[in-house]
Amino acid sequence: MSDLNLNSLYQQLILEHYRKPRNKGELPDKTVEIHMANPVCGDEIRLQLQLDGDRIVEARHVGQGCSISQAAVSMMTNLIKEKSLTEAEGLAQRFTAMMHGDEEVAKDRSMGDLRALQGVSKFPVRIKCALLAFDALQEAIKETRGRD
Amino acid sequence: MYQAISTFDVNKIRNEFPILNQMVNGKTLTYLDSAATSQKPRSVLDVLEKYYREDNANVHRGIHELSRRSTLAYEGARNRVAEWMGASEPAEVIWTRGTTESINLVAATWGMDQLGEGDEILLTTMEHHSNIVPWQLVARRTGARLRYIEMDDEGKLRLEDLDDLLTDRTRLVSMTHVSNALGTVNPVERVIEAAHARGALVLLDGAQAVPHMKVNVSELDVDFYAFSSHKMCGPTGTGVLWARKDILEEMSPYQGGGEMIRIVGRDESSWADLPHKFEAGTPNIAGAVGAGAAVDFMEHVGYEAIKEHETGLLRYALNRLAQIPDLSIYGPKSLKERSGVIAFALGDAHPHDIATILDSEGVAIRAGHHCAQLVMKHLGVAATTRASFSLYNTTDDVDRLVEGLQVVHSIFGR
Repeated sequence: MSDLNLNSLYQQLILEHYRKPRNKGELPDKTVEIHMANPVCGDEIRLQLQLDGDRIVEARHVGQGCSISQAAVSMMTNLIKEKSLTEAEGLAQRFTAMMHGDEEVAKDRSMGDLRALQGVSKFPVRIKCALLAFDALQEAIKETRGRD
Repeated sequence: MYQAISTFDVNKIRNEFPILNQMVNGKTLTYLDSAATSQKPRSVLDVLEKYYREDNANVHRGIHELSRRSTLAYEGARNRVAEWMGASEPAEVIWTRGTTESINLVAATWGMDQLGEGDEILLTTMEHHSNIVPWQLVARRTGARLRYIEMDDEGKLRLEDLDDLLTDRTRLVSMTHVSNALGTVNPVERVIEAAHARGALVLLDGAQAVPHMKVNVSELDVDFYAFSSHKMCGPTGTGVLWARKDILEEMSPYQGGGEMIRIVGRDESSWADLPHKFEAGTPNIAGAVGAGAAVDFMEHVGYEAIKEHETGLLRYALNRLAQIPDLSIYGPKSLKERSGVIAFALGDAHPHDIATILDSEGVAIRAGHHCAQLVMKHLGVAATTRASFSLYNTTDDVDRLVEGLQVVHSIFGR
């Protein structure tokens, strides 16, 4: 594995989100909260969503973990605000596909900052770190729909 | 039996470990994860292959030649381990899958038989999960209570609390000999003496001790000793529970099945003599044979030479790591109270990220909670980075680690 790969993994944008995570902190008016942990490394995320019907009004997160898991949840919460649950679900599916090697997704501008995480797909043991936030999102969508 | 070699030549030792001679991720492998599992020398690999190629048969069953040979090899390994660890007799050595099963065996038999409402089991907050959870399971079923010896800021046990923690209800002290998370070598003799004075038994988790130091259970005057072969150059899936014979004789069997019985009736059965009473089913015969070869290997190199080499290596590593900006080392400051392991933090770089960057440099270390979440809680972190050393590591390995950490610094420090 070359340093080039390391550089593609640890892009400046990722480290910036790691150091200054967006949307971090408790959400007082949360509609749904999902706790996801990776027992292998101790990373954990509590994803909190405030919903208005099918629309995500606000998204926040609390937890700790490596640069990849923290950057992913920071970028994801930015993107899903003002989106419908179906749109958020589509985003989660596209991101998961990118982690499993779909290079087309990385060209999709609607993926925003998340495109910077494409390099993670070359590090199989770290894919789980990037997906932790999206697993929480998909679980939150499932739980919300189960209530209806 | 081998004689200990008089001069320790680490390059000769490394030649005995074929796995070390390879490239990973385009770089020479630097293996610093021996506390998770050690690598295996040729002598161990060879006996495993010879056993399956030439001697494989079930033990204690057949009249035929191969069964005789495999039984001899299996029991010969037990005799070797018994002699090596200072057991009174081979019947005190029970083969298990590893340290975890050894402790679970004691918890499920001695614990369930002996413990009742209000009895106390004294643990430490330094324990691996395998020496916490089995006792929680027993406590839940018996009404026994768990108490803990705490750690100080250096990651050493607060033994000044021992007299208050040991009570008339303390039935067992179960603790680690050497910490897997911090490398702390515990003054177990002092605990054993104090526990015995209050009528409590003592179990030692020796998983991280036997790769580094000569252990003699008779001299320790301990009651139970558990370890795994795979951390001391032997195969995975094989470990030992040693216990005093009088205690083992009182204990109920662990699992039922073949090998562990004398006579089986419709409603009741009687048990085989020690050690077979605790070895139901076809055992890991090759594993036991490999464990015996691992003991031979360690004795051949010599524990004194191993200790001298590893102490020098730890001293060198601690000095070099101390020169890296923003790096802080956990655990005891004194080399005398430390063995095998250096756990550390590096600035705001997460251990998982450090591990990925080091891996890309060919350096294998471990990041995470190390199955010691109570230690992580004590340190106030979710995870640490751990480099662990074995007899085959060199100062070059330390240099490679330091170079890798400089790459981490260049990425996370920018």
